[in-house]
Amino acid sequence: MVGVTATADPRSAIDAVWRIESARLIAGLARMTRDVGLAEELAQDALVAALEQWPESGVPRNPGAWLMTTAKRRAVDTFRRNERYEKKLGEIGRELEFEEDPDFTAGLDDHIEDDLLRLVFTACHPVLSTEARVALTLKMIGGLQTHEIARAFLAKETAIAQRIVRAKKTLGDAKVPFEVPEGEDRVARLSSVLEVIYLIFNEGYSATAGEDWMRPALCEEALRLGRILAGLMPREPEVHGLVALMEIQASRAAARVGPNGEPVLLMDQDRTKWNRLLIGRGLAALELAESLADGAFGVYAAQAAIAACHARARTGDETDWARIAVLYEGLGKLNPSPVIELNRAVALSMAVGPEAGLEVVDKLVSEPALKSYHLLPSVRGDFLAKLGRLDEARAEFERAAEMTGNDRERTLLLNRAAECTRRD
Amino acid sequence: MRFMVIVKSDEKTDVAGAQPSAEDLQEMGKFNEELVKAGVMLAGEGLLPSAEGFRVQYSGTNEARIVDGPFAESKELIAGFWILQVKDRAEVLEWMKRAPFREGEIEIRRIAELEDFDNATPEIVEREQKLREQTGAN
Repeated sequence: MVGVTATADPRSAIDAVWRIESARLIAGLARMTRDVGLAEELAQDALVAALEQWPESGVPRNPGAWLMTTAKRRAVDTFRRNERYEKKLGEIGRELEFEEDPDFTAGLDDHIEDDLLRLVFTACHPVLSTEARVALTLKMIGGLQTHEIARAFLAKETAIAQRIVRAKKTLGDAKVPFEVPEGEDRVARLSSVLEVIYLIFNEGYSATAGEDWMRPALCEEALRLGRILAGLMPREPEVHGLVALMEIQASRAAARVGPNGEPVLLMDQDRTKWNRLLIGRGLAALELAESLADGAFGVYAAQAAIAACHARARTGDETDWARIAVLYEGLGKLNPSPVIELNRAVALSMAVGPEAGLEVVDKLVSEPALKSYHLLPSVRGDFLAKLGRLDEARAEFERAAEMTGNDRERTLLLNRAAECTRRD
Repeated sequence: MRFMVIVKSDEKTDVAGAQPSAEDLQEMGKFNEELVKAGVMLAGEGLLPSAEGFRVQYSGTNEARIVDGPFAESKELIAGFWILQVKDRAEVLEWMKRAPFREGEIEIRRIAELEDFDNATPEIVEREQKLREQTGAN
């Protein structure tokens, strides 16, 4: 079978169009209707229409415009038929924009980027729970369908569907305006957006539940969201800081999993498997973040700077642990947290020695926030093992193994415990 | 999935000193911007005409032979490429339908991930990694 002309399967063509167009479609509709939930429903209606018609008629030349026109028609029908329309008119106090602008798609491109940004901030609004923000962001900005989100988070589709319905209702009830926050509010709201994206990334990067150590699709999705946001907010250093952090972390994907699917820790990774293209992109984004922030680090740029220290070291021995310890100290000032302190302990132990690390970790043992955090006993066990205190080390590894929710990680920790017994 | 989109040259583009028109550059710039803003572009570059290139040919143990461009088979040459990170083949196709090309041909190839080589023995994998280390490629 050489040179056979392949025709695209209409279903996958529609999925691809949806992935590319849906965020802009929902954003444009949300600006017209001032109702994100309704906009999302109208967009889904247009998708259903495409699924019905395109397999017969073929994919239109400008699929984005087709979807928009269809959704707009549905909107007009819906409004004419129900009291929502009356209510809307009352709220907006004028005719809906698209009623007076028959060719509104022409004008839509002018502020589509502003609309997209409004959509991002609305999906991550603090009135919503974190889970709801994640689900709405993936659905409305990422263009994922409910079943895809459910699969990615190992949840039931009905549960995710309900979460999305409730989230849209919450936004409506709270009369959340469709806008990008300004002034003081903006900083806090942006950090909520960044948090949602990084949460999605981490869900993929270190799968907390089940067999898989990584779910690459979620990492890719988060990276795409971060890159989109960087395009929408090119002057925000922390957006580039987050992108840098994710690019550099993602560059290690191929090295983080061993031949039998077991996790391989950073210092044990084969660095030749790190993706140089992603590292290059990450370092460039970090540079941009630093220059925009005038050399000062935000939380994400600081973490990216730490990741960059590892990325720049061709072998583990070349790692600049002293700089990493300093960066963790700075990060701890921006965002005091026992987890950051734990990481600083690791960096110190590498720069100075296990005693220095143990000194910091021992202060964290009574920290209530780390009570069920398996990395604390895991790190402490590591220091103890290096200091030759094998009995204590074994106990710590076993405790950590009990705490972790990840099967593969548990195996790794139990192996380390067994190693302590062997060396004893 | 990652794909490499290979843009083929033709007699018009593969001419020594050939420059794309300002209009072409502007259209391509706009398309590239769309790819970047959608978060799918990892890399993309245009290549100079083959007159500026050269080939290195290997045959057994003889010394490698250098052949300077330009090369005659312009339709088989590469004028540029993108590396795109997309969900699947359909998505890369949908993007490329939007590329500002009116004639010519592009070729789309999936980038192999290490796990695509099922029959790579550990030795091969290791050697490949050594090579990458030396070349600094990923």
